[in-house]
Amino acid sequence: MNTADKKHLIDAAGNHYLDWLESEAIHIMREVAAECSNPALLFSGGKDSVVLLRIAEKAFHPGKFPFPLVHIDTGHNFAEVIEFRDRRTAELGEHLIVRRVEESIKRGTVRLRNPETDSRNAAQAITLLETITEFQFDACIGGARRDEEKARAKERIFSFRDEFGQWNPRAQRPELWDLYNTRLHPGENMRVFPISNWTELDVWQYIAREKLALPSIYFAHERQVISRNGFLIPLTDLTQIQKNEVVETRIVRFRTVGDISCTCPVASDAATVEAIIAETAISRVTERGATRMDDQASEASMEHRKKAGYF
Amino acid sequence: MSAMISRQVLQASAKRYGLLRFITAGSVDDGKSTLIGRLLFDSKGIFSDQLEAMSQTRYRHSMDDAIDLSLLTDGLEAEREQGITIDVAYRYFATPKRKFIIADTPGHEQYTRNMVTGASTADAVIILIDASKVKLNDNGRVTLLEQTKRHSVVAYLLQIAHVVVAINKMDLVNYDQTVYTHIVQAYQEFAQQVGLENIRAIPLSALTGDNVVASGDKMPWYQGPTLIEWLESLSVYDDCHDKPLRFPVQLVARHHGHEAHGFRGYMGRIEAGKVSKGDKLLVQPSGLNATVKDILMLDRSLESAAAGQSVTLLLEEHLDISRGDMFTAADHPARQLKTVTADVCWLSEEPLDPRRKYWLKHTTNQVAARVTTIHALLDVNTQQKHPVNTLQLNDIASVTLNMQRPLIADAYNMNRSTGSFILIDEITHQTVAAGMIRLNGSGVENAS
Ligand SMILES: Nc1nc2c(ncn2[C@@H]2O[C@H](COP(=O)(O)OP(=O)(O)O)[C@@H](O)[C@H]2O)c(=O)[nH]1
Repeated sequence: MNTADKKHLIDAAGNHYLDWLESEAIHIMREVAAECSNPALLFSGGKDSVVLLRIAEKAFHPGKFPFPLVHIDTGHNFAEVIEFRDRRTAELGEHLIVRRVEESIKRGTVRLRNPETDSRNAAQAITLLETITEFQFDACIGGARRDEEKARAKERIFSFRDEFGQWNPRAQRPELWDLYNTRLHPGENMRVFPISNWTELDVWQYIAREKLALPSIYFAHERQVISRNGFLIPLTDLTQIQKNEVVETRIVRFRTVGDISCTCPVASDAATVEAIIAETAISRVTERGATRMDDQASEASMEHRKKAGYF
Repeated sequence: MSAMISRQVLQASAKRYGLLRFITAGSVDDGKSTLIGRLLFDSKGIFSDQLEAMSQTRYRHSMDDAIDLSLLTDGLEAEREQGITIDVAYRYFATPKRKFIIADTPGHEQYTRNMVTGASTADAVIILIDASKVKLNDNGRVTLLEQTKRHSVVAYLLQIAHVVVAINKMDLVNYDQTVYTHIVQAYQEFAQQVGLENIRAIPLSALTGDNVVASGDKMPWYQGPTLIEWLESLSVYDDCHDKPLRFPVQLVARHHGHEAHGFRGYMGRIEAGKVSKGDKLLVQPSGLNATVKDILMLDRSLESAAAGQSVTLLLEEHLDISRGDMFTAADHPARQLKTVTADVCWLSEEPLDPRRKYWLKHTTNQVAARVTTIHALLDVNTQQKHPVNTLQLNDIASVTLNMQRPLIADAYNMNRSTGSFILIDEITHQTVAAGMIRLNGSGVENAS
C-alpha cells in the first residue's frame, strides 16, 4: 500500500459516515442517561468497549459519566487486557465495578463440569445477571455490533430483557426512526448497543481517527500457539495439548479479546492500527468466525446464549 | 498485491459519499434474499466463514448444490426451522464509493409493521417485482400484484426519498424488453395515483447477477445504471441543512454548582438546519429568546454546527430550559400542537382502545395522549378508505390525537425527526404504534 492510499484511509477527518455513526452513538448514550434511572456501561478493555468510552466522553464532556463502568471478569483473562482496563479507568477517573465468575462458582450459582478448564463465556451471563440484580441496573450499555454474527443482525439498539434477563426475539419492541422506548417494569432491563451499526472496519478507522489506545495483544506479537481445526489456540495454563499436536511460535494478533480458553488470535504481522485497517478491509472472515470457538459449537450458539441472557 | 489492497482500501474508506440506508420490499419468493445475497456477495461483503457455515446448514430449502444466496441472509434458528423470516435484519456492505445499511424486511402480508419499521430510517427503497409472476392481459396491459401496491403505499406514507422498481427474474422471461416495458408502464401509472415520485426502474436477475452490480450482456436494450450504480449515486444530504433549525434538548448539563458562573450546557442532536455562535434562537414552548454563546464538541469550540451533529450549546442568558424543549430558528418556529392529525400504523397484537390513554414519544418528549377520532382506515391493497372503530395489527389509518401538553412539531413531510412519534402502552410498555404528523392533507387523507 502506498503512502497516499494510507493517508486517504487514515485521514478520516472528513469521513461523513464515521461522523454519522459517532453522532448516532452519542445520541443513544444521551437517551440512556436521560431516560434510564440506573444505567451501567460494560467495559471489558476490548476494542469495542474502548470505542464506547470515547463516545461517552464526547457525549458527557465536561461532566463525568452518568454511569459506572462494569466488568464481568471470567477469571481467564489476558493480563495485558486487565492491566489496560485498570489504567484506562484510572486515566478517565471513572468508577469501575468488577464482578467475578469465580464468585458465582463459589456461591454455587455457576456450575461447570471442569471449573479449571471449561470456557467461562456462557457462565458470564449468570454473573452479569447477578450483578444487574445486585445494583438494580435498568440498562447496560454494551459494544455489540450487528455485523458480528447473524443472531445479532436482528438485535435492537435498545434490547429488551424480561425479568429472567432473557432475550426473546419475538418479544422485542419495534424500533422506528430514533425514538427509543425505554419503559420497563420492575425487574426488567435493557441492553443498549450504541455502536450497533458499526462494522469491524468502522471501529478500526475510528480508533485511528481518535488515536485511541488499546491493549497490546491487538497488535502483532510472538506467541506460542497450537493449530487445531483451523484455529490458532493460544498456549495458556488452561490449554490441554492433544496427541500429535505441536506448539509453535507464530506472529499473531487478536481481533477480539474474551475468555482466554476460547479466544484465538489470527496469524498477522499487522503491528499498527494502519496495518490492521488494511488487513480488515480485505479480510473475508468475520471477526467472530476467525477467533471464537464458542460460536462454532453449533450454528445457532450465539442465538442460544443471547436467549440465556448473554450480551 | 499492493494494487489490490489499495483498491480494497479505497473501497473501504468510502469517504465523500456518506452512508446510504435502504430497504428492500418484495413478497415471498420475489427474490429479495437472493438479491441481498447478491449485493453482499458481489460487493465482496460475504465473508468466507459465513459461506462455510451455510454449506453445513441443516435446513436446506433446495437440493441445489450451488450456494443458495438467500441462506446468507436468514437469521435465527427459529426462522430457519419454519423457512420464513420474522423480523427486520440489518446488513452492511461497502463499495468503492459508499457504505450501505440494508434493512431487510420480510414480505409476508402480516408484516406491514416490519416494513414500516425498516422504512422509517430508509433513504431509498427497492421494490421487487417478479417478472415471471406478472400476467399480461389480452389488451396488452399488466395487472400489478396487490403486494407491489402495498409496498409502494407504505413507501409513500413513510416518505422514502428514492424509489427503484427492480423487475427481477428477467432470465425467466427471456430478458424480454416488452415484458419489462409493460410492467414499468403499469407501475408508473400506479405510482402517479399514489403520489410516489422519483421512480427509477431497472430490469435485473438477482440469480445471475445481470444489472445488479455489473450489466452483463443479456439486456443490451437497457442503457441505464445497474442497481448498485444507482444506489451509489443517490444524494442523502437533501435539503436537511437548508431547513430551519430544529434542536430538541436531550440533556441539560450543570457543573460547578449553581451560581451564575456555573456551566450549563444543552446537549442534543441538530435534526435540521444550522446553528452558529451568536445566533438568536427561539426556545419552544416557552417562547423565550436565547443567544448562542458557544457550541462544544468534546473539548473543541465550534463556530457552527449543522444537521446530524451531536453537540452541546451554551447560551448567553440564564433560562429555564429542560429536556423536551426545542431550540428553533426564530423566523421559522415549529408548530405548537395540542391536537394533531396523523397517520398511524398499528404495531401491536392488542387493538387500539380509544378509551385509553397512551404515552406518546416525540423527539425527546413524552406526553400522555388519546386517540379521539379515527378518520379512515386505509386498505393498503386496494387504496380504499373505510370507516372503523378500532385499529388492529398492521392497520394504517388517519387519526386525530389529543395530548396532555402540546407537541413542538413539524409535518412529517417537512421533517422526519420532528414529524414522527411512537405510541407506548401505559400498562404493557409495548410500542404499539408509529405515527406521522400531517398538517396539510397529505398521507392517508390524500391516498386515492
Ligand atoms: N430464475 C430466477 N430465479 C430467481 C431469481 N431471483 C431469485 N430467484 C429464485 O426465486 C426463489 C425465491 O427467492 P428468495 O430470494 O428466497 O425470495 P424471497 O422470499 O423474496 O427472499 C429462489 O428459488 C431463488 O433462487 C432470478 O433472478 N431468476
